[in-house]
Amino acid sequence: MADDKKTIIVFSGDLDKAMAAMIIARGAAAMGNEVTLFFTFWGLNLLRKPESVPIQKGFLEAMFGWMMPRGARKAALSKMHMGGMGTAMMQHVMKTKNVPTLEEMIREAQEFGVTFIACTMSMDVMGIKPEELIDGVEFGGVATYLGSADEANVNLFI
Amino acid sequence: MAEYRINARGLQCPGPIMQLFTQMKSAEPGDLVMIEVTDVGFKKDIEAWCRKTKNTLVSLIENDGVITAQVRKG
Repeated sequence: MADDKKTIIVFSGDLDKAMAAMIIARGAAAMGNEVTLFFTFWGLNLLRKPESVPIQKGFLEAMFGWMMPRGARKAALSKMHMGGMGTAMMQHVMKTKNVPTLEEMIREAQEFGVTFIACTMSMDVMGIKPEELIDGVEFGGVATYLGSADEANVNLFI
Repeated sequence: MAEYRINARGLQCPGPIMQLFTQMKSAEPGDLVMIEVTDVGFKKDIEAWCRKTKNTLVSLIENDGVITAQVRKG
């Protein structure tokens, strides 16, 4: 039904888990659902722009930003990453099997009207600034998430 | 009544239903959409999709690894 709602907390920044979240989100959007994704902690890294954004940051914030993957293209498998080899192999297989990349999945979800909300507390803790995230992302806190979750009939934590 | 045809061969889940959803948005009630898919999960998916989106699955056939579904809007 068109008034069905789904929410997913995207906590993990792992490639495999993020893919699962994006496949469910895109599928639900294609079922006519209103979908809200709430990105927090490691999941926030998926929304970072791939390029470096010049911003004044404190030392620790800059270190954090430097150590964490910048964007969905840099996401690694939660298992069998093997120093990048496993992830590269998986990405190769996905390409041959005509599976969109994680970046493409995110873009498609946005085109299908999926709402992306970045958790502002996590952003603050991790030193991630709004300018570093891809366009079309909204900013909110736990009340925003709970407001959506209360109205939804499926709420996932990935 | 208009008829539409979607070639979703080779698309992985949920690509086919995303294409179908997009096509249905521009279709009028009573219009017929035919979609060709190679993802085997589609056979079960299309039933759930039609049930949840209140559209009618007119026919579902599989031939040489290609699943063809006809869906009527409404």
